[in-house]
Amino acid sequence: MLIKTAPIFIALALATTAQAGEIAPGDVKIVDGSVATPLTDRPGDVERGKGAFTDRKAGNCLACHLVTSLLDEQQFHGEIGPPLDGVADVYSAAELRAQIVNSKAANPATIMPAFYRITGFNRVPEKFAGTILSAQQVEDIIAYLGTLKDE
Amino acid sequence: MKKSITFAALLGLLSLGGYAAAELRDSYVFIEPSDADHPLDEVISGYEFRSHETRALQADDFENPGYLLLDQGIELWETVEGEAGKSCASCHEDAEDSMAGVGSTYPKMVERNGKPVLTNIENQINHCRTENMGAAAWKYDKPDMLGMTVMIRNVDRGEPVNVSIDGDAAPYFEQGKDLYYQRVGQLDMACSNCHEDYYGQYIRADHLSQGQTNGFPTYRFKWQGVGSLHRRFSGCMKNIRAEPFAKGGEEFLALELYLGYRGQGLPVETPSVRN
Ligand code: HEC
Ligand code: HEC
Repeated sequence: MLIKTAPIFIALALATTAQAGEIAPGDVKIVDGSVATPLTDRPGDVERGKGAFTDRKAGNCLACHLVTSLLDEQQFHGEIGPPLDGVADVYSAAELRAQIVNSKAANPATIMPAFYRITGFNRVPEKFAGTILSAQQVEDIIAYLGTLKDE
Repeated sequence: MKKSITFAALLGLLSLGGYAAAELRDSYVFIEPSDADHPLDEVISGYEFRSHETRALQADDFENPGYLLLDQGIELWETVEGEAGKSCASCHEDAEDSMAGVGSTYPKMVERNGKPVLTNIENQINHCRTENMGAAAWKYDKPDMLGMTVMIRNVDRGEPVNVSIDGDAAPYFEQGKDLYYQRVGQLDMACSNCHEDYYGQYIRADHLSQGQTNGFPTYRFKWQGVGSLHRRFSGCMKNIRAEPFAKGGEEFLALELYLGYRGQGLPVETPSVRN
């Protein structure tokens, strides 16, 4: 979605129509801090999720969060949000989905971006008109977070 | 009087002990906020958040790469241009005297066509060029404009930032404040999210400062040159995937005034050095 050569086209596609088998951003329901239904019918992939998690042009989650197991391969982990070590022991996939889709539902004051939302923004340039992450990238990241266990 | 003594002490720290103190995190030189309603508990220059090498470069006038533009500004001050056959010096003579008190107090309210408007140094320079010299306006962030702005602000180097936010300036101040706390862009962040809520923390490799304006125009390694404050604003907005406002336009002027207030009392550092 954030590939330099074709961002406008793909962003528009995301903003207007979700892909077949995907829940559109406007249709995601957060109930009790959870999104129970996966956004796609294709299961999340751990390796792709790790990529989307670290990629500065995708999730860029390391901008704000430390993941100790990634220190070997990725420099400069941020310290804005809580470390995500062991996050899968604490939160279910449905809760992680809610936090990534729209962190502001739980905490309106948070600095964490809403990664799968398209309404309520100001001054967004055309080329960023879609969601930050695609539905599949959200599911992939959830699969990756599922591997972050202490116990 | 008391204020100026504390201030001299602070300057001493900045030029000597400021960056000699080893730990970046616990060694901020800070000043007290200007008033009880101020949003910050401590007011800190962006200088304090940079590496020892970067600070050392700023502190050494012979090494500081921003001084190249300052020299250009000094030359332009004497350069006759435009239909009136004048230079800046024709009207203002010695900049060291006539420009004293400008860099630390702008942006400020001036009268244009009988109306009070907010003006920063760049806008004032262009006003003089078009109205008094009959010369073409300079573009934002071109070397001529940067050199002159650096030169004028440098006259006040070490003077405490002292912008006026009362009277006719009040609506601009409010506008700037609203913009500071307004979330923008696809990442949906406000200036305050990074520079008020999390200054002192790392966001990936960047050590967040309070986003103070006292060092501008600044030399930045990333730019490989000197850039204006409005260029920095624009960059921060683009980073959060927001459509920036126009350089020199009303929104950025209002933001510049509001940030002047947030940094009230900090020493003017122009030209500062940043990464
Ligand atoms: C700009 C900063 C920022 C970015 C980028 C960011 N987060 Fe966060 N995140 C936070 C903050 C701050 C919190 C603390 C809770 C809150 O404010 O909502 C948080 C909380 C969380 C939590 C709950 C953790 C806990 O222990 O309570 C999870 C899970 C999470 N983030 C995952 C992610 C993922 C996955 C990404 C990338 C797709 C991401 N975050 C990107 C700032 C960020
Ligand atoms: C996502 C985080 C983020 C947001 C949001 C943000 N900035 Fe910044 N800003 C930075 C970083 C990183 C730097 C470079 C390091 C530093 O000085 O903090 C910076 C630097 C600055 C500086 C230079 C400070 C100096 O001493 O050189 C100014 C001024 C500034 N920002 C103003 C703003 C304004 C005004 C806004 C809102 C329009 C804003 N920033 C929004 C991250 C951000």
